Amino acid sequence: MSTTDWPLWEVFVRSRRGLAHTHAGSLHAPDAELALRNARDLYTRRSEGVSLWVVPSAAITASSPDEKDPFFGPAADKAYRHPTFYEIPEGVRHL
Amino acid sequence: MSPAHAAALALGDDALILSHRLGEWAGRAPVLEEEVALANIALDLLGQARALLSLVGDEDELAYLRDERAFRNVQLVEQPCEDFAATVARQLLFSTYQHALYGQLAGADGPFTPLAAKAVKETAYHRDHAEQWTLRLGDGTAESHERMRRAVEGLWRFTGELFQPVEGLPEIDWQALRATWTERVTDVLERATLAVPTGPQSAAWAAGAGRQGVHTEPFGRMLAEMQHLHRSHPGATW
Repeated sequence: MSTTDWPLWEVFVRSRRGLAHTHAGSLHAPDAELALRNARDLYTRRSEGVSLWVVPSAAITASSPDEKDPFFGPAADKAYRHPTFYEIPEGVRHL
Repeated sequence: MSPAHAAALALGDDALILSHRLGEWAGRAPVLEEEVALANIALDLLGQARALLSLVGDEDELAYLRDERAFRNVQLVEQPCEDFAATVARQLLFSTYQHALYGQLAGADGPFTPLAAKAVKETAYHRDHAEQWTLRLGDGTAESHERMRRAVEGLWRFTGELFQPVEGLPEIDWQALRATWTERVTDVLERATLAVPTGPQSAAWAAGAGRQGVHTEPFGRMLAEMQHLHRSHPGATW
């Protein structure tokens, strides 16, 4: 196995129309066209998808685990940001 | 055997034998992603083989208990193709043929129409896969170009047999099939900076041989490996 020369790609699959693409995993491929085909073979073999995106992993900027507290901590005690204070009239369904 | 059965056997054996040859890459393909791709293609072909052989008789008996001379596959699909470039070249030559053949069968009204309608979608992907790799290897490095060139030249003499009319397929226009195949293969090879071989497409003694049950030397060894488990343990299940 000599995949060291091939860049890593992240794969996003849309499982059906109307839903968003969801991250499914990653793979190695020499270029975008082949990454798309490899994604088809690796992640949609069991009819999982109707659409595929591949993105070079290097193009993704990720938040760092070290920044977890400054990034996400302050939201924890602000319960008023959640829409849980509304009274729902009777008879409203699907909410 | 009726002509329709003979045709199902010929097409079914093509799919079965190529499926086994592609399956040989499992565990030893150049990269993991490509191994899955080749296994996927092999499974598509195995599905086609099962459907076709079931029309003729018991699929297991046909696959595992026939001797070499009873197989009707073309010689192209039985070649070992141990170099990845050779496997790519064979995929290009064969999937282009199979796609055009199933395309004609799907458009006609015969016993193979429903089966061909499904298979034509599968083989369209096989063609695309082979084309992508032919372009990258042919127009890649000096080494990959040379291996691809050697592979296409080496397999060229097995391509004439593809267009020998198969009894039991009256709906096929073999001349049109050959024209379509030549046009598509030429297009891909040219874009991959590879020359279309000028040599003969069959040796004089070999024309149509696979379809008559005459096979090349590596086929016997392949068959021994494919059949030995079933023959050693008849009726084994798990």
